[in-house]
Amino acid sequence: MEEVHALKKSSTTVQEPPGPVVHRPTPPPAWQPRTDPAPLLPDPEPYRVLGTEAVTDADPELLRRLYAELVRGRRFNAQATALTKQGRLAVYPSSTGQEACEVAAALVLQEQDWLFPSYRDTLAVVARGLDPVQALTLLRGDWHTGYDPREHRIAPLATPLATQLPHAVGLAHAARLKGDDVVALALVGDGGTSEGDFHEALNFAAVWKAPVVFFVQNNGFAISVPLAKQTAAPSLAHKAVGYGMPGRLVDGNDAPAVHAVLTEAVRRARSGGGPTLVEAVTYRIEAHTNADDATRYRGDGEVEAWRAHDPVRLLEHELTERGMLDGDGIRKAADDADAMAARLRDRMNAEPELDPMDLFAHVYAEQTAQLREQAAQLRAELDASDEPADAGQGEAR
Amino acid sequence: MTTVASRAPRTDLAAKPATMAQALRRAMRDAMADDPAVHILGEDVGTLGGVFRVTDGLAAEFGEDRCTDTPLAEAGILGTAVGMAMYGLRPVVEMQFDAFAYPAFEQLASHVAKMRNRTHGALPLPITIRVPYGGGIGGVEHHSDSSEAYYMATPGLHVVTPATVEDAYGMLRAAIASDDPVVFLEPKRLYWSKARWSPEAPVVVEPIGRAVVRRTGLSATLVTYGPSLTVCLEAAEAARAEGWDLEVVDLRSLVPFDDETVVASVRRTGRAVVVHESNGFGGPGGEIAARINERCFHHLEAPVLRVAGFDIPYPPPMLEQHHLPGVDRVLDAVARLQWEADS
Repeated sequence: MEEVHALKKSSTTVQEPPGPVVHRPTPPPAWQPRTDPAPLLPDPEPYRVLGTEAVTDADPELLRRLYAELVRGRRFNAQATALTKQGRLAVYPSSTGQEACEVAAALVLQEQDWLFPSYRDTLAVVARGLDPVQALTLLRGDWHTGYDPREHRIAPLATPLATQLPHAVGLAHAARLKGDDVVALALVGDGGTSEGDFHEALNFAAVWKAPVVFFVQNNGFAISVPLAKQTAAPSLAHKAVGYGMPGRLVDGNDAPAVHAVLTEAVRRARSGGGPTLVEAVTYRIEAHTNADDATRYRGDGEVEAWRAHDPVRLLEHELTERGMLDGDGIRKAADDADAMAARLRDRMNAEPELDPMDLFAHVYAEQTAQLREQAAQLRAELDASDEPADAGQGEAR
Repeated sequence: MTTVASRAPRTDLAAKPATMAQALRRAMRDAMADDPAVHILGEDVGTLGGVFRVTDGLAAEFGEDRCTDTPLAEAGILGTAVGMAMYGLRPVVEMQFDAFAYPAFEQLASHVAKMRNRTHGALPLPITIRVPYGGGIGGVEHHSDSSEAYYMATPGLHVVTPATVEDAYGMLRAAIASDDPVVFLEPKRLYWSKARWSPEAPVVVEPIGRAVVRRTGLSATLVTYGPSLTVCLEAAEAARAEGWDLEVVDLRSLVPFDDETVVASVRRTGRAVVVHESNGFGGPGGEIAARINERCFHHLEAPVLRVAGFDIPYPPPMLEQHHLPGVDRVLDAVARLQWEADS
């Protein structure tokens, strides 16, 4: 004020000698900091429970359950991979090495919550309680989705990367608008974080404070492209800060740690705190799928280093050391897993029953005239063929 | 799909000529009043009421949770609508301008169009995707595309476009009521076209999937839809001086396609011109002409002709009148239907 006054004075009072030139700085923009980034930043080191004092706080029942599920998951991956070699599955993207992430993702959810899996997340879907044969329908090739998503609150396994993330946001948002206590947990890989839909989903979720948890399983590679060529971010969890949500970094091979971090993120979402981005650092032990040759893009040494940090062995070691698991317990878990695999093998060896007329049954609520014509054409072709029309065994491949 | 009566507007539109934009807004308003599951979603649809004011007043009447201004991200708008529909809502999304909808195309093609099919019928997606489309309003680039061929080429979508005020109301109500995704193309140069839209005597519109003969004639059939309907009706009037009695079929729905109405008309007239402003090569006219040829070959007196936009990216506004099929170009095509005389 004084400066303005002084200037005014000097311009109107001509008799007085000019005073010193007063510098008036241009005003700053009308800007206020929106949020403090510090609480959103992930810890620099992945959170761990195994091998730390945090184990003593963990629920022993939970630890034993996680172990049993890990062993089953490992066995499931092995059996499904074997089924690809027998031609029973068209393809299987193994999650061997990532079982802790898969199992924890399923176990942190309540019944009314929704899981949004990607194509590699069969284990999570099975651990949530879905019939394994229904979970493998996509990969077997007899239909795209083998279950009613609304009945199980599991979205279809998504193949295009990150496109399921906005679905999770929309569903969680809709549930909240209806006043329902529902959290959506959306799974995505490290490669998926480069997709536009990842960005748009996180942005929408943060703006809407939607009850969503984004769970990135960073297994090191998007098919053959390593993380260093995927992103220049300090970590994938750091991406959260730009959207205004917390980012959390966890050891993805430490089942109780993943469970704890996801539980906290789910709790936060449920209580109206909005979304969280969790990055689990893990490793894909097998190739991308059985159609991929991982030796072309990574060395044995790297794989061996990660085998030493195996999620099943880590938990087994911890539980044995603490006297919570003995040889009998280990054998029992293995026997249960073998029995599960045997049942799966038997059921997958049975030929699926296919109805070719299903091709036209689920395009629209009401078939268009064009589809009715085409359905009639196929019907006629089936009737003319030697095959019994409604059996259609083995026609899929 | 259901037949919807163009029902009585309550106050503001009564006893006045209504624009297509007003009828569309009324359709959304009445759908929202009838069904709490109907939610509007898009960029600028709330406080501003949409850049064309088609959603004007909906946020004020129903609240921001029902008519929501989203972040500026079309894939996010449509992708979140998928999740909302999975949870039982009936989202109506706005894609501000035709060419702004392209980022959402993956969601549209990979999920919206396929979710019912992927899930063996368990998860239908009742989503209406409103896309203001087409040129003729002097818009700069990316504001005037006719993108209907992309949508038509994607099985699982309904693709419809009204050309009258009555249809704008009735078809949008039907689209929102549909249990399948509907790409609802709004011809933006007809937004301000008016009609006496009588609130006392509801006009029943044909259900989605049916074409309508807007003008009967005996010499040839003009098959058209959306923004080109007015061009064709004008051309039909002008053609009377040349002795041509033209029939004009308004398709209204590109998917599903009403072969029955089109075929009946062309068999009566023996000649057909397909008129649309989207480009001709790979455009809707090729499909329509092929369908007519397959079904009417022995009834045709001349090849089925197409009058379409040129095969160019949409031109700048000062040149668009040279690109858009106008009355003269339609009349030239009609003149070329004198096939037996020339050959």
